[in-house]
Amino acid sequence: MKARVHVMLKNGVLDPQGEAVRHALGALGFDGVNGVRQGKVIELDLAEGTTEADVTAMCEKLLANTVIESYAVDIG
Amino acid sequence: MVWHKDSALPEGIDMVGIPGGFSYGDYLRCGAIAAQSPICGAVKAHAERGGYVLGICNGFQVLTETGLLPGALLRNAGLKYICKTVGLKVETSDSDFTAGYNAGDVIDIPIAHHDGNYFADADTLARLKGDDRVAFTYTDNPNGAQADIAGILSANRRVLGMMPHPERAADAGHGGTDGVALFRALAGALITA
Repeated sequence: MKARVHVMLKNGVLDPQGEAVRHALGALGFDGVNGVRQGKVIELDLAEGTTEADVTAMCEKLLANTVIESYAVDIG
Repeated sequence: MVWHKDSALPEGIDMVGIPGGFSYGDYLRCGAIAAQSPICGAVKAHAERGGYVLGICNGFQVLTETGLLPGALLRNAGLKYICKTVGLKVETSDSDFTAGYNAGDVIDIPIAHHDGNYFADADTLARLKGDDRVAFTYTDNPNGAQADIAGILSANRRVLGMMPHPERAADAGHGGTDGVALFRALAGALITA
């Protein structure tokens, strides 16, 4: 089974990389990009029987730093 | 020196220093993987027993990832790696790390980091300030750190994390000696302890 974890900086935490991407898009002529937030996707290849609670524990302990990041888990 | 895969510190140790560098290539997040290495459990236990811990640069990042210090270090606001000497204001002399300075002193200490932009939520920042746990602030914020924070103390004032490198301003040959007072004060505290 597979799980996909999306990690994003929380709202209110400045994302200077996203801002740099937004500026670069503007420079390329893509008007109307009001904001860019950059995160990461972590794909996990898991043994059968791994539960969503296990993946949540992985997020809490390592995959995300909940001081600055939020996460979402997709299983399947 | 202790290997990261060791799970115990030498007996009777007074202080642990976690140096700068790029542990695990900064993969995932700066300090995140190192914070899970076997030795970090022993460092945490040492701090919880009241032992001294000094984390500099990547060491500070490791300390926030272990939870020994609050907050986190984000990418520099200007996105660039910065390597230069900056002015630091000593915010408190009330710790065995900063007792060699007077609160309000301005010292010149080098920084060399890409992810030194200190972040904590408003409640944490208020607590740090209210408890006099901000050790150093930047006189001219180079990285976007909240409240200009360059270094903070734990609640028991025995764990210090800071992005600047006092060990790189500890000999005339380094081009500055403003970091010496930190190590001298700490050594004095350990000798009398």
